[in-house]
Amino acid sequence: MTATPTAAAPFTTVIGLEVHVQLQTRTKLFCGCSTTFGAPPNTHVCPTCLGLPGSLPVMNRTAFELAVRAALALGCKIAPFTKWDRKNYFYPDLPKGYQISQFDLPFSSEGALEVVDPKGALSRNVRITRVHLEEDAGKSMHDEAAGTGDTRIDLNRAGTPLCEIVTEPDLRSPQEARAWLNELKLLLVYLGVSDCNMQEGSLRVDANVNLHIPCDGGRIAKTPIVEIKNMNSFRSVERALVYEVARQYEEWQATKAEMGKTPKQTRGWDDPAGVTRAQRHKEESSDYRYFPEPDLVPVAVSDEWLAATREAMGDPPSVLRQKLAATWKIPAYDADVLVNQGRELVAYFEDLAERVGEGKVASNWMQQDVLRTLNERGGSIDAFPVRPATVADIIGRVAKGDFDTSRAREIFAEVLGSGRTVDEVVASMGIAAVDDDELITLCRELLAENPRVVADVKGGKEQAAAGLIGQAKKKNPNVNPGKVRAMCLDLIRQM
Amino acid sequence: MQPSDMSAVDLVTAVRQGDLTALRATEAFLERIERLDGQINAFLAVDREGALRTAAAVDAKRKAGKPLGPLAGLPVAVKDALCTSDLPTTCASKMLAGFRPPYDAEVVARLRAADAVIVGKTNMDEFAMGGSNENSAFGPVHNPWDLTRAPGGSSGGSAACVAADMAPVAIGSDTGGSIRQPAGLCGITGLKPTYGRVSRRGLVAFASSLDQIGPMARSAADCALMLETIAGHDPGDATSLDLPVPAYGSDLERPLEGVRIGRVPAHFGAGLDPEVAHAVEEAFAAFRAAGATIIDIDMPHADAGVATYYLVAPCEASSNLARYDGAHYGHRAEPGKGHRAEPGQGHRAEPGGAPASGGGFESSLVEMYCRSRAEGFGPEVKRRIMLGTYALSAGYYDAYYAKALKVRRLIRQDYLDAFEKVDLIGGPVSATAAFKLGEKSGDPLAMYLVDLYTVCTNLAGVGGISFPCGFTKGGLPIGFQLQAPALAEPLLLRATDRYQHLTDWHRRRPAIAARPR
Repeated sequence: MTATPTAAAPFTTVIGLEVHVQLQTRTKLFCGCSTTFGAPPNTHVCPTCLGLPGSLPVMNRTAFELAVRAALALGCKIAPFTKWDRKNYFYPDLPKGYQISQFDLPFSSEGALEVVDPKGALSRNVRITRVHLEEDAGKSMHDEAAGTGDTRIDLNRAGTPLCEIVTEPDLRSPQEARAWLNELKLLLVYLGVSDCNMQEGSLRVDANVNLHIPCDGGRIAKTPIVEIKNMNSFRSVERALVYEVARQYEEWQATKAEMGKTPKQTRGWDDPAGVTRAQRHKEESSDYRYFPEPDLVPVAVSDEWLAATREAMGDPPSVLRQKLAATWKIPAYDADVLVNQGRELVAYFEDLAERVGEGKVASNWMQQDVLRTLNERGGSIDAFPVRPATVADIIGRVAKGDFDTSRAREIFAEVLGSGRTVDEVVASMGIAAVDDDELITLCRELLAENPRVVADVKGGKEQAAAGLIGQAKKKNPNVNPGKVRAMCLDLIRQM
Repeated sequence: MQPSDMSAVDLVTAVRQGDLTALRATEAFLERIERLDGQINAFLAVDREGALRTAAAVDAKRKAGKPLGPLAGLPVAVKDALCTSDLPTTCASKMLAGFRPPYDAEVVARLRAADAVIVGKTNMDEFAMGGSNENSAFGPVHNPWDLTRAPGGSSGGSAACVAADMAPVAIGSDTGGSIRQPAGLCGITGLKPTYGRVSRRGLVAFASSLDQIGPMARSAADCALMLETIAGHDPGDATSLDLPVPAYGSDLERPLEGVRIGRVPAHFGAGLDPEVAHAVEEAFAAFRAAGATIIDIDMPHADAGVATYYLVAPCEASSNLARYDGAHYGHRAEPGKGHRAEPGQGHRAEPGGAPASGGGFESSLVEMYCRSRAEGFGPEVKRRIMLGTYALSAGYYDAYYAKALKVRRLIRQDYLDAFEKVDLIGGPVSATAAFKLGEKSGDPLAMYLVDLYTVCTNLAGVGGISFPCGFTKGGLPIGFQLQAPALAEPLLLRATDRYQHLTDWHRRRPAIAARPR
């Protein structure tokens, strides 16, 4: 799909994203302090992350490994040699007066992540410019109460490892941006790189957006690039972009202002108001005076280590979708739904499919019963009380003809609700297999009561037999509809 | 013999053997500090109580038959650039006046673990920036050989206290000559080890890629004793070398036959005081007499050393000293007009993004930064922060910082090439003997040239040692410097020790150090 200007949208939307994800390490990037969220302010700190005189950073190897894992999964080139740089600026939540980051030799670059809608509406390969590692700053909390005006600093977060992922401006709509972010989040969660919890700040997104507007004579006018900040959910990313696209188009129509003539603007997303607002322009462009961090040694990455890391990291979602579809012969849509729920749910599904022996049946149960109830109940699949063996047991009894699928659903719900075994539930619901003698008696009664159906079937309209099923279930809720149908047709043929 | 006349090696031997208590040794030096330091100002803090307590504990340990550390009972003075959890650490700056770190520098921790007795913290140039000790916020150090003269710097307090027998040994740090130059001007022996040999953790950073901690003492043998304790890998310093530590004191007596010492003719050009030149040539002759071969070598890029150093070091310093902003610790300007924060204007700076600017919070914050730094830093520190900030700025980076790094590589290559031909490089430490206090302090450029012979060692990351090789007619010590390839400290110490067996310059004491009759 390519987004070209249409009557509805007489321009192309151009979006690039900059994503910061907090890596799932126990300790900070350059010291041994805990990264746990929510501790009392300034309790997870030491001389290094406080920037005390004489303190030195030591790289957390796990953070580096997690970041490399992410970069590999994003198809990035991993630099054989990478170094750290200092980004110098003054702010109270940056206690050293510089952030340790990566400037000209990031550990990885030139990757891509494709976002695919299984229904075929969307497919976009988004190029990754670079992925680099850096330390987070602390938090400044400005006391808004008039007259007091204190600013409080919490340095618990200072030094937490962040992976910065920068895309090329390859996204063409706010919806695409959101879908792509979902895919990125899924990937990072799959790889155990980050929990991507936006509420706790483990994932932060800035978006750069402008419009390419065809003008007379084939010239393309480009509106000034705007960077949007302060978006705290993927939904707000989409909303902010929708707003900003409309705003830019309006502004362009009014001013015809083009890129390059005004400096890049930063706008903050005001979620409750649903608008972006211009943030103050800086008087001069910032000069971070980057230079190589002399307290750290460069990191060399060997091919062997890379191979081992690649080996250990498991399949990314895109590969897993294809594998699931092929292995269990399920539609791409099913594989997408399952994979999007996370690695644990996929494991549950594979366990179930293995036991049931039929992927599509297992997939239907996952989507219709397991997922639905899981969503209602909340919690993780690993804590879900009905395990794959039990679901497989229920499905197996349906196949044997003990009861039909709708009965099976009731049993599943009852097992889930009561915590009893399938046998107990079946007994308590009075569900017992209907034996053949009983079934013949029941079918004969049915045929006697429905001469019209008998006549229709004899006249060649076999589908008329369907009308008997409901009546059969009223007589005995435990009958298997398929068996009732077959038995009735048999009996009519013998008439 | 008085404890204050004894070498460090003899002191620890005497304490170990029970011939001298640690308490008695410590008291002897404390008494000298009390008597002399009013005139010299070598100490910013003297920890009389703590030192006596530690000494008593060492004695108790010995009495109880417990094993003693290798420096048991040895009084040590520590430059105030090293963090000490029990004493203020100020870097001789108003910015850190009264600052007490919550942790010990790795070297301090090693000294304590070796049962050394830390007697106090020594004066220095503010944040180790300077070559005369006149940049201390707490007054200059006076050279024990002539109280009207500078002791050199930046480890001037450490050099002066050893020269005046106020401590048998001291810890210094050397970024561009800050151990070797004051050692030379004060007539003692000072070693700057190979970069990475001694942990920098807890050393308040001046220029991280150049800083190195080292021992200052009255002889090479005493330096060897100290280095054995403070050297070695520290997992908390990513730049520290993970290599075994040799027994530096065990190989000192091997003769110098076959050792090749390089002599750089360019060292003897204009600017070198003739008395210094003469003493240095005499030292070469002594080495020749001791069996070494002297070979003239060329260090083609050495003349770019000072220029390179005065870009690399200030660039790193401008970043290292950014943390002293009044926000977290250290000096903060009193709130003045407009300082009080106004509500609701702040934005936090996102990593990867720009810190927000403008607004009441920011303007009062910036004012607090500016005034705290203006009040807290002295003029030389400000000068170097300005130099470094400028050289790292967009548009100047390539012309200055990046070019300096290139020249630094050339200088490093000079050393590699030279050490193909020779084992050591000898020469002067400073162009002159100790200069008058105030003589150069009005002329920063003249002061920077004081570092001419020492900065290249740091730029190359190799080791160097300086020791007395004579005296001027006016009775001021003249220093000789040896430089060696990376990790060749055993040879540096051995060559110096052999020289000190042939000469007695290092035994001479300033008049002020003579015991009262």
